[in-house]
Amino acid sequence: MSIEHRSLWLAVVLVLPLAIAQAAQAETIQVVIDKMAFSPTAISAKVGDTIEWINKDPVVHTATVKGEWEVMLPAKKSVTQRLEKKEAVDFYCRFHPNMKGKLTVD
Amino acid sequence: MFVRPIAALAGLCLFAAAPFAQAQDKPTDPQIAHIAYTAGVIDVEAGKLAKDKSKTKDVVDFANQMIQDHEAVNVQALDLVKKLNVTPEDNATSKALTKAATEKRAELSALDGAAFDKAYLDNEVAYHKQVNEALEKVLIPSAQNAELKQLLETGLKLFQGHQAHAEQVAAELK
Repeated sequence: MSIEHRSLWLAVVLVLPLAIAQAAQAETIQVVIDKMAFSPTAISAKVGDTIEWINKDPVVHTATVKGEWEVMLPAKKSVTQRLEKKEAVDFYCRFHPNMKGKLTVD
Repeated sequence: MFVRPIAALAGLCLFAAAPFAQAQDKPTDPQIAHIAYTAGVIDVEAGKLAKDKSKTKDVVDFANQMIQDHEAVNVQALDLVKKLNVTPEDNATSKALTKAATEKRAELSALDGAAFDKAYLDNEVAYHKQVNEALEKVLIPSAQNAELKQLLETGLKLFQGHQAHAEQVAAELK
């Protein structure tokens, strides 16, 4: 077995199961925006999880954390966002500031 | 069956501003579609006027939001009437709304600076309040088609949000 083959084999044996295990643990959390409200308004997630923002309204919304990040949510579309870091933040819709929620990533 | 709509209309005649008070009978779906669409167009036009006239960032941002949201809802409304094969029908309420909006526009056009900002936002608060009352008390209860009712309900939530947003921007101006 050449060096290249051995490292490939090692990669398959060691790394792949890890990747599968992580993928299996990561969850997709659905947050629905309907009639000008986020549901649920309090989201708990883990690093590596994905939020699927499902905008059922006919208008564009955002999920915005002031000074941090923003996800644009086009009308009648879904957008996914992978959570990369631990944080506990308040988010809101920049276009409709009375739409609010809380996100905790552990 | 007949008591509730009449009571709601009587309530509107007493409390709401002029245009909707002229809705004498329970409106039909084609009339409701026309009223809702007209109400949206009026606010888009008001937004375009504010965008041209105001120099205050918050006011211009709000105006842009009104244009974006009301245009989006009206696109949905047009798609729906097409799908349902309904032809929106002009009526006394739509005519009264348009007449009141034309007068308000002339009034706003004559103002500038802070006086314009205040008058525009005060009118946005009052206008959304009036439209929301009409949606809640007359248009939604009268709508026969389930999809039309659903769109009006979404509109009501959206416009309640606009009313709160307008109140917030108006409060920050002072």
